Amino acid sequence: MEKPLTEHIKNDGTSLSLMEYENAGGYQALRKALKLSPEEIQKIVKDSGLKGRGGAGFSTGSKWGLVPMGKDVPTPKYFIANADEMEPGSFKDRLLLEGNPHQLIEGIIIGAYAIQARFSYVFLRWAYHQASKVITQAIQQAYEAGYLGENILGTDFHLDMSMHISVGRYICGEETALLNALEGKRANPRSKPPFPVVSGLFGKPTVVNNVETLSNVPHIISKGADWFKKLSITDEGGTKLYGASGRVKKPGLWELPLGTSLREILEVHAGYMQNGYNFKGVLPGGGSTDFLTTIHLDVPMDYASVSKIGSRLGTGTIIVLDDKTCPVGMVRNLEHFFAQESCGWCTPCREGLPWTAKLLDALESGNGIMEDLNILASHVHYMAPGKTFCALAPGAMEPLESALKYFKEDFEKHVHEHKCPWN
Amino acid sequence: MTTEKILTSEEVKEIQKIYQHFPLKSAACIEGLKVVQKYHGWVSDEAIKELAEILEMSPAAIDSAATYYSLIFRRPVGRHVIMVCDSVSCWIMGYDKIIDCLKNKLGINYGETTPDDRFTLLPIPCLGTCDHAPAMIIDEYLHNDLITDNLDTILEKYK
Repeated sequence: MEKPLTEHIKNDGTSLSLMEYENAGGYQALRKALKLSPEEIQKIVKDSGLKGRGGAGFSTGSKWGLVPMGKDVPTPKYFIANADEMEPGSFKDRLLLEGNPHQLIEGIIIGAYAIQARFSYVFLRWAYHQASKVITQAIQQAYEAGYLGENILGTDFHLDMSMHISVGRYICGEETALLNALEGKRANPRSKPPFPVVSGLFGKPTVVNNVETLSNVPHIISKGADWFKKLSITDEGGTKLYGASGRVKKPGLWELPLGTSLREILEVHAGYMQNGYNFKGVLPGGGSTDFLTTIHLDVPMDYASVSKIGSRLGTGTIIVLDDKTCPVGMVRNLEHFFAQESCGWCTPCREGLPWTAKLLDALESGNGIMEDLNILASHVHYMAPGKTFCALAPGAMEPLESALKYFKEDFEKHVHEHKCPWN
Repeated sequence: MTTEKILTSEEVKEIQKIYQHFPLKSAACIEGLKVVQKYHGWVSDEAIKELAEILEMSPAAIDSAATYYSLIFRRPVGRHVIMVCDSVSCWIMGYDKIIDCLKNKLGINYGETTPDDRFTLLPIPCLGTCDHAPAMIIDEYLHNDLITDNLDTILEKYK
């Protein structure tokens, strides 16, 4: 089983050096890419089926293909790696940032060449201090080796790269909010259209891609679209970093073929439940995805299959709910997070999320009434996709809506018993 | 009459160097706030006014960003800032016990600083170490797989 993203990552916590990366074939993809036209690279990446690993799952090659190309287009264009991993329960990009920084940097350079960007940024969250050191050093080494700067590897392609260390707020992971943060402003999301590919950073065409997405790019260029497609065991190409946290025996992170079943990840890789704990459900891809339960264990963990059963692959990092943990308490924790992280720009999100958090507080403290469940359900309706400015509130409603569906009896018990049955 | 400036000339130069990389001076607002905080530990009203002059922005516009971002401190903090992950995986794995124990040991609540200025206690969203929950970060150092018995040993490292 091939593991292109992680096969060279060392398990002693140190990062792969430039020399080690080059000895493993690193930066050969860039050499190859610079001999191709930007449009040819866009096509290879599109044909590979690579989808955005940040959670949205949009075709990476298609996104690049939307950038205006040619002489009479706005410049400079920008290319941004979104390393603002803040989705609750997600810890996959940290491994790639700390373990193999040049793989990411090479992916950014190839992506920037494919859209003819002049400047690139790594937008990193503050808490990733180790990653900050590793990436800073790697960028400098890439300059010294001639992979960055002017006339990269003797061509007429120029690219500068720098890092922005964020100062908090979950919403910065939303690509238009990220652009406002990079411009020094409050990170409120922007109205779309225009999309960043047309009008992004400082009003110029800009591509924003997730760290895991970009780390795949050098391998796709080196080995081709067909090779990448065959890595998966579904129609969608590639491997995926899957993770599991919660009361499982071996919480961790594994690079597996895209489409590996939820059951295999939990039973084989995570070692299933700790002794004394029974399985109750999962959030399959971070805090903003819908719960899945025992009946869903055989779902292939790819974008289409998880969508089909009413949830999302998201970041692919699974949060496990056990029978000793209160599902209402878990949703309450999530809604407090989302309420706190709302940027406050649009009313349903700013007012609705604190309301849901308060209703869940009431249920947990034994002060809930049956009508509260209906009010919670109405919030799911009022914060549905299309009713808010960005995806934060609809994402926040996914665990709530699915908890009301699968754990309704547990909500009702809180009302009937006038307390949290788990306390 | 000249009033004493909060920002030193070196700090001002560091901020000016940042905006040279951007098409607009105001784009250096967040980076500028970070420079202020790096040298002063927090961002005072006076510092905001001086930063506003450097970046040719209104103090209100600077403060709008400063109060938006959770890691820009608009009040003084202690010598060490403890940020405890209060997100979902850590909550499942025993966050409540950890935070109760920390609050007891330090005698403070979230948002407060110990009387000896040693520690400020704050919550932080998911630290991306969920397979080693529960977790906290003190200054720049991550501590995970926390158990209440180890907290004293960890705190001892920060004087």
